[in-house]
Amino acid sequence: MKKELKLMKGNEAMAEAAIRAGADAYFGYPITPQSEVMEYLTNFANQKTGMVILQAESEIAAINMIYGAAGAGKKVMTSSSSPGISLMQEGISYIACAELPCLLVNVVRGGPGLGTIQPSQGDYFQSVKGGGHGDYKMIVLAPSTVQEMVDYVKLGFDLAFKWRNPVMMLTDGALGQMMEKVELFEQLPRETVKGIEKWATIGKTKDRERNVITSLHIQPDKMEEINLHLQAKYKKIEEEEIRFEEFAMEDAEYMITAFGLVARICQKAAMLAREKGMKVGVFRPQTLFPFPYKQIDSYTNQVKGILDVEMNAGQMVEDIRLAVKGKVFVEFHGRMGGVVPSPEEILEKIEEKFVGVPA
Amino acid sequence: MNEKRMIEEEKHYEEVIAEESICINDNLVYEKPDTLLDTPMHYCPGCGHGVAHRLIAEAIDELGIQEDTIGVAPVGCSVFAYNYLNIDMTEAAHGRASAVATGIKRVLPEKYVFSYQGDGDLAAIGTGETLHTCNRGENILIVFINNGIYGMTGGQMAPTTLKGIKTTTTPFGRDVKVMGNPLKITELIAQLPGVYYCTRVAVNNPKNVRRAKKAILNGFQYQKREKGLSFVEVVSNCPSNWKMTPVESNKWMEEHMFTFYPLGDLKVPEKEDQ
Ligand SMILES: Cc1ncc(C[n+]2csc(CCOP(=O)(O)OP(=O)(O)O)c2C)c(N)n1
Ligand code: SF4
Ligand SMILES: [Mg+2]
Repeated sequence: MKKELKLMKGNEAMAEAAIRAGADAYFGYPITPQSEVMEYLTNFANQKTGMVILQAESEIAAINMIYGAAGAGKKVMTSSSSPGISLMQEGISYIACAELPCLLVNVVRGGPGLGTIQPSQGDYFQSVKGGGHGDYKMIVLAPSTVQEMVDYVKLGFDLAFKWRNPVMMLTDGALGQMMEKVELFEQLPRETVKGIEKWATIGKTKDRERNVITSLHIQPDKMEEINLHLQAKYKKIEEEEIRFEEFAMEDAEYMITAFGLVARICQKAAMLAREKGMKVGVFRPQTLFPFPYKQIDSYTNQVKGILDVEMNAGQMVEDIRLAVKGKVFVEFHGRMGGVVPSPEEILEKIEEKFVGVPA
Repeated sequence: MNEKRMIEEEKHYEEVIAEESICINDNLVYEKPDTLLDTPMHYCPGCGHGVAHRLIAEAIDELGIQEDTIGVAPVGCSVFAYNYLNIDMTEAAHGRASAVATGIKRVLPEKYVFSYQGDGDLAAIGTGETLHTCNRGENILIVFINNGIYGMTGGQMAPTTLKGIKTTTTPFGRDVKVMGNPLKITELIAQLPGVYYCTRVAVNNPKNVRRAKKAILNGFQYQKREKGLSFVEVVSNCPSNWKMTPVESNKWMEEHMFTFYPLGDLKVPEKEDQ
């Protein structure tokens, strides 16, 4: 399959991207608003590349199938939505400790509880601050367009193998369901990633020691050593993998911070504000871990105030505040339960919070 | 035995061992399987886990599949199974070994995959994974060590704990009105069309050990022929948490466990299939 331009639903585009990225397997369990991913894959993946698709009996089973297949050195992926991702947390912690590469997608819906099938960003904390037990980190990618959902599948696999770490794509129900024009990259071959024989369980050949995948180290000093190793890896990831996008920030006097879909709405709001003479720009972290603390901090000399907008009760805003360390005002506007804020509403908040803020 | 006789006997054996005749290779009748590592096992004396490990290692050696076998260890006393078997292994989360084995087998269908699980692991927290893995007829081998107790966590009730038995969480004996009856999960599993071979064995005496090994060999051989799921329950003991000597525990197992969990095949392939 060649490079191609198509009008596609986010979930289906992401599934197509997995096939084209040469993924070996997908294990998942249906949940709205992302069931199209497995539906699309069961329709097309095996015929196209021989990719393995299996509907598991639960998200718990799915993440453990991922653990097994990732441990076999394969390019594996699952997707789910908030309640399902909650069920996977134990498995994710095991995967992170055993340092296995895999791509996990959370098409977030409103919570807590069974919540709503409408979009939300309420799983930011769960994704970037742990979620499961113990000190671990996932690399978290936050797309704001269907195009980025496609591109981040490929990027996600690359990062997962580069760092031998789970990568989470944190998207939402609106992006999953909306149709946009996307450029699909050309089909990559399904091939064994170089070097996996050093750690993967693929059958112990005579020329090497056996490979063991485990997260159990009962000697405290050994377990601390593992932790120190993980922390050192996360630090390197912070040095090398930060990604962000700036919109109209060159001359901005006020900065909106937002991730994912909300950042696009904020761009519209910034344009409306500029029509009214307020110089507003938007800063969008594309990686939520590693988080662009320094880059945000660098704007504290330039902007008079920051408005953080999210579809939750205020989660990323804590990291924004950590970044600016009290040097500028950080205000917050959030909608919850599946409500998506409008550009006009955000504009109103900008005026309410910042008109008359002293320089 | 009195002290004098002990010393005499010891002397006698020393003399015999010193005689070269029994040390020559031709006379060797027992040795460590290649697949079993020379690591001291952490199991309590008399525990069935160690014997079961050895049988798996022997079976792998005999079939010559060491390079092609991937094992999945559970959470339970056998969590360190990977320290004893010289093959690639993965240690699964509690109860999820069969899902992990599914993941491995689906992406490496040409390899031999087995999971090794205790009763708490397989028949309580992991019941869902167990039933669905069996029902899908995953082409793997499941070895199920049923010792009727949670060994690793110190003797709590297991789903398989017999009626009336005292454990740390059933100090007055398992009351089936409160805790339900012991679960014969192997009987349930035998009903599933995806299961090709289902048997119950033990490792308490030489005859049973030979039968148990045959069952494990069968499991790997059926896997080679892509027949679907093989399920081998090993009724086992836990001297430490049963608070018995190894000999007492085996006797108790024979009298009580074997009555409720009778040894024998629950499902064998049709004649023409064999
Ligand atoms: C999610 C989770 N819950 C509980 C435990 C604690 N735990 C470890 S082993 C075990 C029971 C093991 O019993 P069994 O499977 O019968 O194995 P045995 O030790 O008897 O061989 C429990 C409850 C755990 N490790 N993980
Ligand atoms: S606690 Fe029981 S099951 Fe565990 S090693 Fe000891 S005897 Fe065996
Ligand atoms: Mg047990």
